[in-house]
Amino acid sequence: MMNFNFNISELIFVMPELFLLAAISCILLFDLYVKEEFKKFTYHLSQLALLITGLLAFNLIGESAIIFSGTFVLDTLGSTFKVFIASFSIIALVYSRHYLSVHGLLRNEYFILALMSILGMLVMVSGHSLLTLYLGLEIMSLSLYALIATARDRAFAIEAALKYFVLGAIASGLLLYGMSMIYGITGNLVIAEIASFASLASLEPQETLILNFGLVFLVIGVAFKLGAVPFHMWVPDVYQGSPTSVTMFLSTVPKIAAIALLVRLLIDGLSDFQHYWADLFMILAVLSIGVGSLVALTQVNIKRMLAYSTISHIGFVLLGFVTGVLEGYGSAVFYVFAYILMSLAAFGSIIVLNRSGFEADQISDFRGLSKHSPWFALIMLAVMLSMAGVPPFIGFYSKLFILQQVVSEGYVILAIIAVIFAVISAYYYLQIIKTMYFDDADKEIVVSAPLDLKVILSLNGALILLIGLTPGFWMNLSVSLF
Amino acid sequence: MDSLLSILIWLPILGGGSVLLIGNNRGSLAKWASALISILVFILSINLFSDFDTTTSAMQFVEKASWISQFNIFYHLGVDGISMPLIILTTFSTVLVIIAGWEVIQNRVADYMAAFLMMEGIIIGVFSAMDSMLYYVFWEASLIPMLLIIGVWGGQNRVYAAIKFFLYTFLGSVFMLVSLIYMYNLGGSFAISDMQSLPLTLVQQGWIFWAFFLAFAVKVPMFPVHTWLPDAHVQAPTGGSVILAAIMLKMGGYGFFRFSLPITPDASSYFAFAVIVLSLIAIVYIGFVALVQKDMKKLIAYSSISHMGFVTLGVFALFSIMKMDSNGELLSIAGASIESAYLGLEGAMIQMVSHGFISAAMFLVVGVLYDRLHSREISTYGGVVNSMPKFTGFAVLFAMANAGLPGTSGFVGEFMVILGALQANFWYAFLAAMTLIVGAAYTLWMVKRVFWGPVINPEVSKLNDINSREFGILAVLAVAVLWMGVYPQPVIEVMHVSIANLLEQALTTKIPGML
Repeated sequence: MMNFNFNISELIFVMPELFLLAAISCILLFDLYVKEEFKKFTYHLSQLALLITGLLAFNLIGESAIIFSGTFVLDTLGSTFKVFIASFSIIALVYSRHYLSVHGLLRNEYFILALMSILGMLVMVSGHSLLTLYLGLEIMSLSLYALIATARDRAFAIEAALKYFVLGAIASGLLLYGMSMIYGITGNLVIAEIASFASLASLEPQETLILNFGLVFLVIGVAFKLGAVPFHMWVPDVYQGSPTSVTMFLSTVPKIAAIALLVRLLIDGLSDFQHYWADLFMILAVLSIGVGSLVALTQVNIKRMLAYSTISHIGFVLLGFVTGVLEGYGSAVFYVFAYILMSLAAFGSIIVLNRSGFEADQISDFRGLSKHSPWFALIMLAVMLSMAGVPPFIGFYSKLFILQQVVSEGYVILAIIAVIFAVISAYYYLQIIKTMYFDDADKEIVVSAPLDLKVILSLNGALILLIGLTPGFWMNLSVSLF
Repeated sequence: MDSLLSILIWLPILGGGSVLLIGNNRGSLAKWASALISILVFILSINLFSDFDTTTSAMQFVEKASWISQFNIFYHLGVDGISMPLIILTTFSTVLVIIAGWEVIQNRVADYMAAFLMMEGIIIGVFSAMDSMLYYVFWEASLIPMLLIIGVWGGQNRVYAAIKFFLYTFLGSVFMLVSLIYMYNLGGSFAISDMQSLPLTLVQQGWIFWAFFLAFAVKVPMFPVHTWLPDAHVQAPTGGSVILAAIMLKMGGYGFFRFSLPITPDASSYFAFAVIVLSLIAIVYIGFVALVQKDMKKLIAYSSISHMGFVTLGVFALFSIMKMDSNGELLSIAGASIESAYLGLEGAMIQMVSHGFISAAMFLVVGVLYDRLHSREISTYGGVVNSMPKFTGFAVLFAMANAGLPGTSGFVGEFMVILGALQANFWYAFLAAMTLIVGAAYTLWMVKRVFWGPVINPEVSKLNDINSREFGILAVLAVAVLWMGVYPQPVIEVMHVSIANLLEQALTTKIPGML
């Protein structure tokens, strides 16, 4: 039995999580009891809560502590991840509100569920025992399932929610199975203890075997959450079926949490087994890049296309973890941040096209966009080129850093495979550009969006270019996390 | 000025951005602003020529600042005698293109002008980057405006052409990226000069050479990776064709000068024969292909490929002329003089500049006809001289230059390359000289069918001769073509020392243990 020590002064290190939990409870009560005309403030309160959570996390950058008997870790990586989770979520909620209001889906549970899942992510990021990590994962996932199902009169959304739920449950099961193996051998749930037990030098061959066995399941669980091939089957259907705002949320912020899960379990916990899991990731990465690039070619639904594009981006992220060096992990984290920024802008642009009674989710909905709203077309142009890895946009640098690390660790062939598929994937990004710039609109379209959405989307687009001009700082930051 | 190169790069890019903001609704303001910016950039770029020190091969107008510190990537600019003429060619062509699009472009004027301005800045960046990663960023970024120019303002089949153009060149350059990263991991620096002095085994050089070759050969374009060019040229608007032929193709040639020869000298020597064979195929076979074209733009596109074959021939014939002995003395092979090695390389450079003028002029000539009758088919025309005598005068001059008539710039470069090749191998020179016949055949035959003969199409007899704007553009180009043809000395002088330095680099082995 382990002793559970609790020291009240340790609470200072969980301020972001505590605050967010308290805020969620208050907002929930507020929304329940307030008069109808004040209900619109739930959104603003949620944004405020996220902002403060982000600031609290920002305040903790530089602190490091392992608290609650080793089950919760606070380090620079965790705090930085939390800041990014909060800020990306703020952007996502701005985009979401427009989508929800034009489609009559604007119910305040949406924001509360989103906040709840963010809480789960924060817990995951700082989880330092198998139990905390699993709890965080489930808080996040269950809220996301419900979030998809908020569009309860859409058959596709219900299908997506169910699919995500069933497959997610299987993934959780696999993850738990792996965790039980690890626990069985090490007799401990705390990551630090597992790490000190699982040093190859002191292990019996039998123990190595079982740890390896558990490791495979951990990798599968992580790969499932990230949507890496061959555990990607849920991604296209869930992306397509979910309301666009949920797809956006799903495809962005939880990836940070999934990366945190990977870091905690594999890099912090099983670093001696790096060789084993890196080999697994290599296979997953190549398959993801390949399948993601090839299958996206034939999609006509833009959400489905972006789903496959996400899969191929995840492949690149995993390449960073294959390298087994800190700079490689840093590049992977930089890639994730770049990817989220691009993905947010892409979905933001799709959401801009939505209007009352019209769900924009086909590539053809972008026809002639450059004529009637050149500014949004320009943003989408930057996003698509960036995703294709064309300089001077951020997406080029994220690929460059990954390739740099991959080549420096001697995997030149992997780099060549990756760039070949990058060229193939450029084709479908070009299709979007073609649709926006070279085709004429079928009918008159008026794109109208609220000011906050326009401003945030413009900033989002500008960041894709500006970080591209000064990528050094962000790369430094990402590497310094490890 | 300390930061002249930065100004030349960023003035057009930021200027293009502001032209975008002016918007398509205020087209004439956008046009005037763009013309002003491009002329200003051209005038500023003259400073590069006038302040250029022709006695050194070192980089001039150097600027250096840290950019991505953890990978040693610098914002590092500079020019030498090889890149400087190409930069001036760029600023010169951009002015022409912007004025050439004056009345022709009615659709999204501001966007059109902005695309060309941004393109100008990016391409100057390509020619002046001294850090390979900075170079790569500009190199790839140049695809974006061209993609949009072809796709938005192009002809019937523009989407196919635009995407083919993009993917072809993108595929070519990603392998260059991998080899740049590979060399960074060996030498710890992305600086081009460090890569030039990095020792590499023949096997490493071989891989890097082919990776570079793919990138540059697609751009030049060389046989057999040339197929994107006719499509892109035919579909692109006149301005797009001009920039494509006059400048973008030169990015490939420049790559051979700046990267392939100095970074992989042993591999370049080893594989020179293969490159020469491909160049000769381009010169002769593509020349014959040009002969049978019915579309004027396609004909000129193929003639571009054929003429660019001289550039690669001139560069790689070097290895059959000269070698370096163990004491670092230049030795000639088979009794050739050292001058003939210079002839090949300098001829290649002159050919690039001259082709920039001539191809620009030829595409503008076709553009003038296309604006009037909206047809590029040779068969639409016939007897144009009757209604457009002034225009025909220019057209015939440029056609003669394209065919390599002595006294025009087309002759100088080709003649120098052929002379150089003659020292290397009689048959290289013989096959290359075939172009004087084939080139004359396809160009003059086109002139005969378009400008001479009876008027068959009644529309042709109603054509208006060129207006003063068109006259001005063509006259400037005519002066450039004749000047280069009669007195190429200033251009040769500018590049001579840099070429000498390149010659030394290209003939010095980099294989460790053989130094």
